[in-house]
Amino acid sequence: MYNKTAVIAGIVAFLVICSSPFWCGFSSDSYKKPEIVTQKDKNKECVEDVAFMRAEHMQLLNEWRDQALRNGSRVYVNAKGKKFDISLQNTCLKCHNNYEEFCDKCHKTNNVEPYCWTCHILPKGSK
Amino acid sequence: MKKNRRSFLKVAGLSVFALSSGLGSLAGEAKADVAPGKYEAEPLGRKPLAAKRWAMVIDTRKFKSADDYKPLIDACHKEHNVPRIRGAQNAEGHDDQEIKWLWLDKFDHAFPDEMNEYLTPKIKAQVFPMLCNHCTNPPCVRVCPTQATYKLPNGIVTMDYHRCIGCRFCMAGCPYGARSFNFVDPRKYLPEQVPNPKFPTRMIGVVEKCTFCVERLDKGMMPACVEASGGRILFGDLEDPNSVVRKALAENFTIRRKPSLGTQPGVYYII
Ligand code: SF4
Ligand code: SF4
Ligand code: SF4
Repeated sequence: MYNKTAVIAGIVAFLVICSSPFWCGFSSDSYKKPEIVTQKDKNKECVEDVAFMRAEHMQLLNEWRDQALRNGSRVYVNAKGKKFDISLQNTCLKCHNNYEEFCDKCHKTNNVEPYCWTCHILPKGSK
Repeated sequence: MKKNRRSFLKVAGLSVFALSSGLGSLAGEAKADVAPGKYEAEPLGRKPLAAKRWAMVIDTRKFKSADDYKPLIDACHKEHNVPRIRGAQNAEGHDDQEIKWLWLDKFDHAFPDEMNEYLTPKIKAQVFPMLCNHCTNPPCVRVCPTQATYKLPNGIVTMDYHRCIGCRFCMAGCPYGARSFNFVDPRKYLPEQVPNPKFPTRMIGVVEKCTFCVERLDKGMMPACVEASGGRILFGDLEDPNSVVRKALAENFTIRRKPSLGTQPGVYYII
């Protein structure tokens, strides 16, 4: 093999750079779950249970969109048989009306920036 | 390992076969619905309005002037948060970047196929309302690369703005100028409290147009412009011989915009 030292040094440098996020991650603070305000009425139940919503709300919203827009199915009947109008703006945000303390807090902590609100109207009714 | 062309092609062929047959169907199965619930069309409280092919008949004899159409345009644009960009008192005064779902123009612009040189003064002076024709053969749907524009089984051509990439092929495809591109953020031209807080707005970079109020029909309501017209615009099922539109078409002479193109527009005009 030609240039053995240079090649091996290159491979080592490559591995260190690739794995650098992990090393940086070890040294920084551990992840803290953000304190979110879910909704004002604690007795109300969400469309599906909390664990499902926490993990799958984005897929559920995508599915709602396709069902409503392409199939004309605008009602969701949940696992318990309760019916909901399919609408992010008019169903979800009716209860989860504190956008900053609910959607935004978690999304910011997890460094995701969904652009729902460039079109959908936030609860205060203003753009 | 030594690989000749022959062995490479063998492996490649086998891989393509595996991917397209067994594995492909496995992937299809894996993409099941995520939601544990079910979906229904029946809205809460109201019956959805359904048709095999929605169509509109506009009785232009009953509108005297542009002012008569104004409440209809307002109703539509309020219902769907359509901004007023043309002539807006804004630094950017984007005259050619207006958004229109329902708009007016002169006879020879609306019906360029009717090439009579000498029209009656009445027709010459009159304005005609225009909107998306919800064509039976919609070129906008054919050219849309993302299926953001699509045709529903009930004949309505509508859009999923989430998918629109703003390529504007549909605008080049539509022979009726029924589609508008958001050159600027439309929210800049809407009041702080949007006219209809139950309906979304659009964002910069997407195309939009009249939806035949599919979201209202699904909730059991007639289109906003039909409701505001006080019976001067009829809306119904073109395939039902007893519907109001079929009756109006049987009793009156009607024309459509650019019928020679073969798009089969779903909006008819009694002149
Ligand atoms: S009028 Fe234009 S936008 Fe409407 S369906 Fe026909 S081609 Fe598409
Ligand atoms: S601009 Fe949007 S709707 Fe029109 S063709 Fe492109 S993706 Fe489709
Ligand atoms: S059918 Fe609905 S979207 Fe189309 S012009 Fe009339 S009010 Fe507007």
